Amino acid sequence: MKKFHVTTTVNGDAVEYLCDPRETLLDCLRDKLNLTGAKEGCGTGDCGACSVTVDGRLVCSCLMLGVEAEGKQIETVEGIADGDILHPLQKKMIEYAALQCGICTPGILVAAKSLLEKNPNPTEEETRYWLAGNLCRCTGYDKIIRAVMDTAAEMREAS
Amino acid sequence: MALDDRKSDFTFVGTRPNRPDGLDKVTGRAKFGADAYAPGMLHGAILRSPHAHARIVKIDASKAEAHKDVKAVVTRADFADVPFKPGLEGEFYNVLENVMAGEKALYDGHAVAAVAATSALAARDALKLIEVEYEVLPHVTDVDKAMAPDAPVIREGAADYSVPEGMHPNVVRYHESGHGDLEAGFAEADLIIEDSFVTEATHQGYIEPHACLAILGNDGKGELWCTTQGHWIAQKTCAALLGIETSQLRVTASEIGGGFGGKTTVFIEPVALALSRKANRPVKLVMTRSEVFRATGPTSSASMDVKIGMKKDGTISAAQGIFRLQGGAFPGAPGDMTAMCAFAPYNLTNVKQIGYDVMANRPKQAAYRAPGAPMGAFAVESVIDELCNKLGLDPVEVRLKNAAHEGTKASYGPTYERIGLVETLEAAKAHPHYSAPLKPGQGRGISCGFWFNHGGETSVSLALSEDGSAQVMVGTPDIGGSRASMALMAAEVLGIPYENIRVTIADTATLGYNDVSHGSRVTYASGLATIKAARHAVEKLCERAAAKWGIPVDAVKWENGCAVPSGPNAGDFDPMPLADITADMGRTGGPISGHFEATPEGAGVSFGTHIVDAEVDPETGKTSVTRYTVIQDAGKAIHPTYVEGQYQGGAAQGIGWALNEEYIYGEDGRLQNSIFLDYRIPVASDLPMIDTVIVEVPNPGHPFGVRGVGETGIVPPLAAIANAVSNAAGVRMKRLPMSPPRILAALKDNG
Amino acid sequence: MVEVHLWSGLRSLTGGQQVVEVEAKTTGELLRALVRAHPQLQAPIDAGVSIAVDGRVIATGLTEPIPEGSEVYLMQRLRGG
Repeated sequence: MKKFHVTTTVNGDAVEYLCDPRETLLDCLRDKLNLTGAKEGCGTGDCGACSVTVDGRLVCSCLMLGVEAEGKQIETVEGIADGDILHPLQKKMIEYAALQCGICTPGILVAAKSLLEKNPNPTEEETRYWLAGNLCRCTGYDKIIRAVMDTAAEMREAS
Repeated sequence: MALDDRKSDFTFVGTRPNRPDGLDKVTGRAKFGADAYAPGMLHGAILRSPHAHARIVKIDASKAEAHKDVKAVVTRADFADVPFKPGLEGEFYNVLENVMAGEKALYDGHAVAAVAATSALAARDALKLIEVEYEVLPHVTDVDKAMAPDAPVIREGAADYSVPEGMHPNVVRYHESGHGDLEAGFAEADLIIEDSFVTEATHQGYIEPHACLAILGNDGKGELWCTTQGHWIAQKTCAALLGIETSQLRVTASEIGGGFGGKTTVFIEPVALALSRKANRPVKLVMTRSEVFRATGPTSSASMDVKIGMKKDGTISAAQGIFRLQGGAFPGAPGDMTAMCAFAPYNLTNVKQIGYDVMANRPKQAAYRAPGAPMGAFAVESVIDELCNKLGLDPVEVRLKNAAHEGTKASYGPTYERIGLVETLEAAKAHPHYSAPLKPGQGRGISCGFWFNHGGETSVSLALSEDGSAQVMVGTPDIGGSRASMALMAAEVLGIPYENIRVTIADTATLGYNDVSHGSRVTYASGLATIKAARHAVEKLCERAAAKWGIPVDAVKWENGCAVPSGPNAGDFDPMPLADITADMGRTGGPISGHFEATPEGAGVSFGTHIVDAEVDPETGKTSVTRYTVIQDAGKAIHPTYVEGQYQGGAAQGIGWALNEEYIYGEDGRLQNSIFLDYRIPVASDLPMIDTVIVEVPNPGHPFGVRGVGETGIVPPLAAIANAVSNAAGVRMKRLPMSPPRILAALKDNG
Repeated sequence: MVEVHLWSGLRSLTGGQQVVEVEAKTTGELLRALVRAHPQLQAPIDAGVSIAVDGRVIATGLTEPIPEGSEVYLMQRLRGG
């Protein structure tokens, strides 16, 4: 099938790729741009391991086509740290042992960052519902929720 | 609550440093199974049977082979002409049968052919060009129906010596054990309850699908990158299935995105290697989620009858259980483990347990965290709860009264060494959760759980660097933070900081054999081996210091990272730090390393007690878990935060198994819910915080007292939640999962 | 002599005996001696057994010592997840 040329921005960098119209944004990030931080856990938008933001909106990159990224601003887990300075969420995830195997961690981080940008003071319930689209099979979520809530508190204090 | 009186002796063990793989995992850099690429790489895809049971009459792959994008097609004919015993007893034979169907497709999703093509899309398209002619056969997916006289025979001759005469050929293994006089025991009882219970099959549900990158040349040399709990077993199995020498295949374990027992065997790896050999190019193969559900390791489903007699004072006078486990179209359902674990928490004079391993047209069951134990605990602990209710007894007191302790004759035979069940029950009784008031509509459930734990073949190598840092090579994939635990144990022995130790999961070419990361064995066995390898290095460090000082080696001891003179004739020297010895080690005798290879046999059994509060909505049948406390014996928690993580993860998986998760098969024998939308695992908004209490009753079989903690945590939840729900709803729930329709039906039946 | 306690399911292979006395100093010798005493025990031993010596479960090892007077139980091979 004929391939399409796509020009887009990922983590602030201008990028281009050729893609089959059936390929997902996740396929393009991973296989064409070597950004393998976003993971395919299900391919049906149920697990959230492929979470990215597109023009600031949280999406499952497995549910969006690569061609639809044309002209968009995409942020992935690889763009969360500022150089060698980790985002407070990244630091807290490590500190709280809020990850075990780590396969869901990129998606959790992208989703949690998106939550805190919209709601800097989420309740536990709000945090749990916001992250309900990100499956984690290792932790029982306890330490993840604590890490996100504590990050929110720390960021509120810092601002 | 640390009961380990040696705790204060440790410097590093018991602290909570950050994990060494943390940075890679929060930045997206960590490389998992599907994150590997190779020049010239092809993409594989697997064609799967749409039938639950069918004879494969003919496979015509000519159209696929002729397609320009397709570089190889393989079927069963491309695998080794089984040099191993072609019989249903042979594990390799069964794995091969599961990896690629032979004469028959045995379940919906069974692999029948595979292709390698220039892109993932091309590979998927090419599957449609393969024509398979099936002769559809009668099928059976339910365990009780599979044992019935009129059930279709899945495979003749699969039963072994243990199966009593007259049973259906689908019954392939039988276990019976126990002691005492059941009849006399039941005669002593004031109340006997006998009931039947059912649990459905669930999936381990790791978020990372199986994935690998394989390269195999026609010279018989290969490289395999895969997500696995054990790359040596992958090496051994793949080599056997492809007819190559084990040592010629080098297997590297990727970061593993969850396993829970489900990645202890191979599925796609031999297929990718076969495709690579045929195409003479690297082949990447990644399962879809639907393939994971249809063709990889669910648990067994179970049908169980339990009968327990109790005296008015709560003493259990006799107990009997019959456990029928369905494990797919292959032998291996852990009916024996279910039977042996079911009554293990209790000190019983009269007990008998029977386990059946039954085949059905479902995928080959794989281990899932304490395989077999959770189902049995559900049945047994439900009956105990009902007895407590009927006799008006406190469920924790009754369990304490009957609890096994050091010297108790276990239900499975031998006498227990030092065990920690009583301590977990005492901790439960003292926990504020147990005395907290319940709201109307809520119920509380208690359950104990038992698991054996395992040692297994283990090799560890530790090398010191000139600057005084250390690298540790272990062979057990890190599924729960074990690199941190290994570093803590090595730091404890060497006396150098945690941060100065790097732990790597070595590939199969760089370390001796290691058994799979299973059986809760890693912190126990790799930990023991790390300690001994570090001690081995310390011996050499002491030798070098002795030579420098010109004193006998037995006049040198190791303290806080330094060689120090010891004893009356040692002389007076300043302590010599590790880095001072390693700085010139190349010129004082050569590099200093420590090794340990053994099969440690002292894993030590483990117990836990869980407390759950649940609320049932009588309108919708929906259950909310409102409070959850896990109490478990860790022997010694090396990294307490990661121990908590294991407890919480086990509880969450148990909540899913109890309330939502199940394999649903249609009349046609096809799996109806093979995506996460329909097979719903717990999400963040389903769960409360999960409190943990780490009890420490040291294991005499480990230098620091470690008992494995990974598996026991999934044993009590099914029963504890069922007891909470039953107490909340006022009706005994005997079938899992307790999904809203089942709860509504039970409420309706109860009037 | 060591008294080896079998699981009750094995009685059909030993003419009803659940306790078998054999001469053995290690776990490996014990398994060989069991087969000598009751050849039909080869099948369960091939299928996989563990041995508990004074309550310590030896999952697979054939060289573990069996001290005089130990309590010895034959068990089905343990499997883990």
